[in-house]
Amino acid sequence: MTPAIEVKQMHKRFGRLQALAGVDLEIRTGEFFALLGPNGAGKTTLINIIAGLTRATSGSVRVMGYDVVADYRDARRMLGVVPQELVYDPFFTVRETLVIQSGYYGLKNNEAWIDEIIHHLDLADKAGVNMRALSGGMKRRVLVAQALVHKPPVIVLDEPTAGVDVELRQGLWRFVRQLNRDGHTVVLTTHYLDEAEALCNRVAMLKQGNIVALDTIRNLVNSVPGCAVRLRLSPDTLPSGLRPLMSIREEGYYILTLDEYSQLEHVMAALRGAGSQVLEMQVLQPDLEEVFVKIMGGAEYRESAAVPT
Amino acid sequence: MTGFLTLLHKELLRFWKVGFQTVFAPMVSTLLYLMIFSHVLEEHVEAYPGVTYTVFLIPGLIMMSMLQNAFANSSSSLIQSKITGNLVFVLLSPLSYQEIFIAYVLASVVRGLAVGLGVYLVTLGFFDLSVASLPWVFLFALIGSALLGALGIIAGIWAEKFDQLAAFQNFVILPLTFLSGVFYTIHSLPPFWQGLSHLNPFFYVIDGFRYGFFNASDISPYVSLGIVAMCFLAVSWLTLQMLKAGYKIRH
Repeated sequence: MTPAIEVKQMHKRFGRLQALAGVDLEIRTGEFFALLGPNGAGKTTLINIIAGLTRATSGSVRVMGYDVVADYRDARRMLGVVPQELVYDPFFTVRETLVIQSGYYGLKNNEAWIDEIIHHLDLADKAGVNMRALSGGMKRRVLVAQALVHKPPVIVLDEPTAGVDVELRQGLWRFVRQLNRDGHTVVLTTHYLDEAEALCNRVAMLKQGNIVALDTIRNLVNSVPGCAVRLRLSPDTLPSGLRPLMSIREEGYYILTLDEYSQLEHVMAALRGAGSQVLEMQVLQPDLEEVFVKIMGGAEYRESAAVPT
Repeated sequence: MTGFLTLLHKELLRFWKVGFQTVFAPMVSTLLYLMIFSHVLEEHVEAYPGVTYTVFLIPGLIMMSMLQNAFANSSSSLIQSKITGNLVFVLLSPLSYQEIFIAYVLASVVRGLAVGLGVYLVTLGFFDLSVASLPWVFLFALIGSALLGALGIIAGIWAEKFDQLAAFQNFVILPLTFLSGVFYTIHSLPPFWQGLSHLNPFFYVIDGFRYGFFNASDISPYVSLGIVAMCFLAVSWLTLQMLKAGYKIRH
């Protein structure tokens, strides 16, 4: 089957900056895919090349089998892109914007579908309002609507939830998930790893223009061995034999890091031996954030990853 | 075709929605020029035998306003779209660079013609200016506006700030239009300046346009048309190359 997006040996240079250093990536049709990476890793550059907004230095991209340079007209019909920047045309209303965008794709009489998108994105009472008068969140919804006017089989969202309130974020994901169930391939970039974990099947992690991880979320999470155990004890002291395992001391809680699950046995034995009573115990699975931090280079990255941007 | 027509329609709506600024304001300023210059100079100059200075002035002023507005249309539309970022909607679409070129040029032509026709109709209320040859008038109006529409695309793509666009407008377009024989026939100039005027493509646009009104001009309208057409082709070729390469718009 034709992949939704096929990137081969993609290099991109901006002057002396190597933005992409030989990216190979295949996204299958129907996937819900996330591109992750710190700022400056090359996510937006990659998306812009897929969308034809940026020219690659070398390498090729196909969208649903169409080369984005040689067959750009077909490739662009297959693709709906929600840009990261909050852009709009201040001369027009929401509905005019959507009618014009349909026209660019050669679609006349697209009213029925436009009404449906407007309805799903909760824009109905803003349809006749000039773009200038909309709040940031509303403008973001219009950008999503614009990307969908031509019913593209592949939808790319570049950080669609940056600076967006909870309600819109949930509504947006509900709609995008529905589109994915209806057969659209969805690719997104986000800094919210919990979003990626909740929504996506597969992720690629980019670092300095290279793909450093590409797998299903389940495999990535399983690749981190062991687990963490969160304990509340009575009396509130950790037996000395367990001290080396402790990673974090929270108020009333000890968090121990175990390399493998079999160490649980040893923990329980030590607690029994010391006469400690377990008041609470949680086994914490590694999550995508942990994998991300590890892959991106550990402690030095941890700090910036902890700040949602 | 739908994609191209949509872009053209959008470009027309863009200036029509702010018509006071884009059509009526230039009409008023052109008529002010006409009133002032005709008042000051009426008795002194007779450009062609039997043609008073004011009547001589009108076609030049009409053409000047058409050229300036055709240029302003494509250049300001593009730079606004670039700076606000909404050019991305056109760049993401399957529109070809040729379609983008023709849509922007045509919108410029329409705005140029709207302003020019408006000025002409108003002057008819005060002056007796009949058209000797409508085809010549129309041809030069069309090709002059198209030339400036294409130049406007170049300026709009090249400029990264409004400041740079203003520089292009004030240091290139404005001197070329003012020194093209709008206010005088170049035969009244010293030989050096006459020679220099012949290097100004806008001179041929205005001279040919004037021929359509008076059946008289500084040089043959066929020569003017040929030169203007060649300029238009050269500028169009350059514009198309820039759009095709994505110069400053697809990085």
